[in-house]
Amino acid sequence: MSEITMEITLTVNSEKITKTVPVRQHLVDFLRMELGLTGSHLGCEHGVCGACSIRVNNAVVRGCLMLAVQADGADVVTVEGLTETKEIEDLQKNFVERNAMQCGYCTPGMLVTAAELLRTTKPISRDDIRNHLSGNFCRCTGYHAIIDAVETTINNRLKGR
Amino acid sequence: MGKETQINLLDRPNSYVGRILSRDAAKRAVAGRGRYTDDIMPHRTLHAAFVRSPYGHAKILSIDIKAAQEHPGVALVMTGEELSEMCTGPWVGTLVCFEGMKSAPQNPMAVDRACWQGEPVVMVVASSRAVAEDACELVSVHYEELPVVVDKEAALDPEIPIIHPELGDNLAFEKTIETGDVEKATSEADIVIEDTFTFGRHTAVSLEPRALLAEFDPGTDRLTIHTSSQCPHMIQAVFARTLGVPEHNVRIVAPDVGGSFGLKIHTFGDEVATTAASIKLGRPVKFIADRLESFATDIHARENRVKGRIAVTKDGIITSMDIDIRSGAGAYSQYPRTSVFEANQILNITGGPYAHQNYRATTQVVYLNKVPTSQYRAVGHPIGNSVGESLVDQAADACGIDPVEFRRLNVMRDDSYPRTSAAGIEMQDLSHQKCLETLVAEMNYDSLRTEQAAYRKKGIQRGIGIAAFIKGTAPGPSGYYGAGGAPIATQDACTVKLEPSGGILCMVGVTDQGQGVDTVMGQITAATIGTPIDSVRVIEGDTDAVPYGGGTYASRATAIGGEATYQAALSLRKEILEIAGALLQADIDALDIVNGNIVNKGDTVSRISLAEIGRIGHFQVSELPNHIQPVLSATHRFRLRDALYIFTNGIQGAYVEVDIDTGFIKLLNHWVVEDCGRVINPQLADEQVRGGCVQGLGGALYEECVYDSAGQLQNATLADYLTPMAGEMPDINVSHIQTHTGVSELGAKGVGESGTGAAPAVVMNAVNDAIRPFGGKITSQPMSPTIILEALGKI
Ligand code: FES
Ligand code: FES
Repeated sequence: MSEITMEITLTVNSEKITKTVPVRQHLVDFLRMELGLTGSHLGCEHGVCGACSIRVNNAVVRGCLMLAVQADGADVVTVEGLTETKEIEDLQKNFVERNAMQCGYCTPGMLVTAAELLRTTKPISRDDIRNHLSGNFCRCTGYHAIIDAVETTINNRLKGR
Repeated sequence: MGKETQINLLDRPNSYVGRILSRDAAKRAVAGRGRYTDDIMPHRTLHAAFVRSPYGHAKILSIDIKAAQEHPGVALVMTGEELSEMCTGPWVGTLVCFEGMKSAPQNPMAVDRACWQGEPVVMVVASSRAVAEDACELVSVHYEELPVVVDKEAALDPEIPIIHPELGDNLAFEKTIETGDVEKATSEADIVIEDTFTFGRHTAVSLEPRALLAEFDPGTDRLTIHTSSQCPHMIQAVFARTLGVPEHNVRIVAPDVGGSFGLKIHTFGDEVATTAASIKLGRPVKFIADRLESFATDIHARENRVKGRIAVTKDGIITSMDIDIRSGAGAYSQYPRTSVFEANQILNITGGPYAHQNYRATTQVVYLNKVPTSQYRAVGHPIGNSVGESLVDQAADACGIDPVEFRRLNVMRDDSYPRTSAAGIEMQDLSHQKCLETLVAEMNYDSLRTEQAAYRKKGIQRGIGIAAFIKGTAPGPSGYYGAGGAPIATQDACTVKLEPSGGILCMVGVTDQGQGVDTVMGQITAATIGTPIDSVRVIEGDTDAVPYGGGTYASRATAIGGEATYQAALSLRKEILEIAGALLQADIDALDIVNGNIVNKGDTVSRISLAEIGRIGHFQVSELPNHIQPVLSATHRFRLRDALYIFTNGIQGAYVEVDIDTGFIKLLNHWVVEDCGRVINPQLADEQVRGGCVQGLGGALYEECVYDSAGQLQNATLADYLTPMAGEMPDINVSHIQTHTGVSELGAKGVGESGTGAAPAVVMNAVNDAIRPFGGKITSQPMSPTIILEALGKI
């Protein structure tokens, strides 16, 4: 049995891409294996750990639960794209300064998920930050430093820094 | 240079040691530029998938691989028997240091019989993982189910089947130690408390699963393995010996490692199989465990039952403790580190903070038809501490003494070292009293008690827990590994070099999995030599590049690798000063190195730069007098001498709220005071403690690998095996007492496991404090809402 494939056209990190993909390939396998975008990670491939979090049409999704063919026509942004546009430069800097990661495997997913909070116009409590990130598993940090880094970034943005 | 001068190098104003510096790996991680094993994709890479035993115990009657072999894209299908023919022999997971220990020979994939659900039976190697999995479906294996042994309590009963009949029984190991006279002390005591504690099976759940990419070059017989490992040299030795490849032809590279926690100090049959496939095919072959495979094949840990007894005088003085451990291993003892360390460590450390001198501990480790167990972060400590600290709390309560005061009465005094613990282990440079008083201040203990009482009046049940601990870090060569006969180094090494540019390369045998080991070694090197941190580059995790070492396990990286690095940097500094002295015609004792420049002592004006020394030392050697042949490189090794471990100590505090109607536990606050000796990078040390605590809290509250009576793992997904997430975890307050260890000049002890070691104990004590007025008591972990409600007699 040969692989059933399909051609898809989508935008990934502002670049238009057309590729033929196996219909059963999930979106993160596609990004990693076909496009070499290895920033998105796989921790469970069943939608629990959040390591695969990416942005699709401006919403954060679990890339392991979406097939590449479902992204036909979509606008996909990964941690590499967020880095290039500098959209979360401050958050990334605070992650580094606060050492909000150890092994770094959860980090791209955490950043993509935390980025959603940065548009807030009101202060966000630590508990609310914790709840927002509660679908992203980190085995290393114990979360405290991650919450610190996100909180600092939000507060600085609110202060206009 | 005298010792004083050397130490002063690290303590100078603005020293890099003791300072927060950020990690290069962090800068890569935030940009999505981490490079983990699965990110490495050489051309022509094939992918391995495994047919695994669906049964806990079964005879393999026949295997038909024909359809799989014919499947398009399949390069190789290999059975356990074919694989064992490529191996030098089966593994036997025993160490001679564990007297009387026995284990059955284990093939990397099952031959004739599978002994746990998940044991690999057939490997399929194909053009992609998906195709390999398709072909796995086409392999047909006929099994005959055999009776399973899943209950550790029953495992030695006469009517229970013996998993490996050649061993005579299901006993892996037993050991008893006794110091003083427990029976006498117990019979003379005013109060004796007895209790039984149970601990569920856990597994490491590194977010990056096990991963290995093997590349064999048939032209040169060289084997290169990229793998998510903590111990490259151990992997080199084990894989080379198992597959009959000369060790020096094997290069192990550990790229970025996505979490390890002890899981990645081990070797696994599926990884050997993957490597064998690369040897056979002459192509790169990759194996990345999926999450189901991780649960069903990564080492498990912690499954123990401990009966404990404490004897005290009515004034609250502990006179004796004794424990009896039954430890549930898997179907084989894990090679080469064994499955008995956990039980042995419980025996070593239970009641370890206290000054009593009567102690008896017995342990029996039994085989079960489950995943093999072995070392997982803080081996044995969460169990030993939970047992010891719960008994201490119960004794305090029976005496009517506050738990803090009770510990004040009983901990080893800070001025009493060196001394021997009740378990017969040498202890030095500990600080139980200082840690306890610091914790009391940090927690604001008295007002917390007042607050607790106020909440009780409102019908809100809050509890305060205290748990003192010791932690064995950085094992020495006289104890277990080298002496036990395994190719696992307890020494570690560092090579530092001055490059022609004036830059410093620092190559270390210890490895980084995100702790910041490389940053710490860079800080030690830069501070010792006297050069800007930016001019130091640390290389780790590549057996072709670094001197031989044990890697990172048992909180040894800074304690052992840090001292090797410090000594190597001192030697290089000395050579640099000799060359500078010759060039400048100056007395080397009058010279110093500051900020990458050789200066007159006490001055900051550069007389010659390290870059100049580098240039002259490599290219312009004729400028030097004949007796100087510049090496500009130094290697040092460090090992402990007689000590079993460098013991550390500390204490944790917890504040929790228990909903007595639902059994839910809310973690309100958590404190840790610990003594890891000299702190090199305070932020990194704090984060080790915090991450470690949460890992311990997960085990105490949520995590358990649940088996049914047929040996089937019931919850092998991340949705079913609960891990701690951000929403449930508290902020964690960390403080350090810094009692330098006397065994090294650097003075650092291990820090990576202190959080994990005592967090379960402290939260269990806090929960029990909360529910004590209701007559409830928890002695089993994980402390699920069901367990709480049962303890309260509500269900
Ligand atoms: S890999 Fe997608 S949620 Fe875990
Ligand atoms: S930093 Fe390792 S999983 Fe989060």
